[in-house]
Amino acid sequence: MIQAIAFYFFATIVVASAVMVVMARNPVHSVLWLILAFFNAAGLMVLVGAEFIAMLLVIVYVGAVAVLFLFVVMMLDIDFAAMRAGFARNAPLGLAIAAVLLAELLLGVGAWQAGGIRLGTPDGAALQPADVPNIEALGALLYGRYILLFEVAGIILLVAMIGAIVLTFQPPGPGARARQDVGKQIRRRPEEAVVMKRPEVGKGIEL
Amino acid sequence: MIGIEHYLTVAAILFVLGVLGIFLNRKNVIVILMAVELILLSVNLNLVAFSAFMQDLVGQVFAMLVLTVAAAEAAIGLAILVIYFRSRGTIAVDDINRMKG
Repeated sequence: MIQAIAFYFFATIVVASAVMVVMARNPVHSVLWLILAFFNAAGLMVLVGAEFIAMLLVIVYVGAVAVLFLFVVMMLDIDFAAMRAGFARNAPLGLAIAAVLLAELLLGVGAWQAGGIRLGTPDGAALQPADVPNIEALGALLYGRYILLFEVAGIILLVAMIGAIVLTFQPPGPGARARQDVGKQIRRRPEEAVVMKRPEVGKGIEL
Repeated sequence: MIGIEHYLTVAAILFVLGVLGIFLNRKNVIVILMAVELILLSVNLNLVAFSAFMQDLVGQVFAMLVLTVAAAEAAIGLAILVIYFRSRGTIAVDDINRMKG
């Protein structure tokens, strides 16, 4: 019973915040709704006992990806009102395609519920043991049987990081923004930077 | 009792909302990227639900790889967006025609 209440709570918020991501006028609000959606999707995953993926979702999506989106949205100086110009014009086509897709997907679920489809059975090599926590079982699997996939994932992230840095790095030179010149700062002496004056009372001072 | 069908339905609705977001915000690349993130989230939800209800952890391993690819895609996509904005001063999808595609 409590599981059902929690499920409907999380599911409702996920769907509602996903709607707001799509419909929000301001992209900053979209990012914030996206964060809410990820949090509640993590809640849905915790409900079925996948704690590790849920925590990963919170850390990676909320902690890194959403903040990255927020930075970019705030960094770029864009007229977002002009970008919504085609919103009403695109709506009928988008809604039609979305309705068709949803009907197809729910048809699949319905057909499966009707009992015509048999899923394959797990081979037993990656069974979730009852007495071991989720993260421990997953870790044993990741560092054992799927070590190659794990390393490939690391390489993908490394390539993405290097790519992002290479793309956005601006070498210093003409056109670049003013940079700090440490040598010039250190060469500066008090004698040429500070002037002592003793102005007469009631008179101004000229520098 | 909550079964796998409930999870599949939520994931299907999320997926459809992501597709709808791509169509509704055709001009705004940032919101399109966010809609793609929503789609990937729904895929992850599907993988985790199947993994949990079939007692097989491989689905969660695969969900982790999807997460990796999603993070890499967001980083590269936003980097491209930033350099495009630097050189053109706009990120409207209609104006992105430098490669005459």
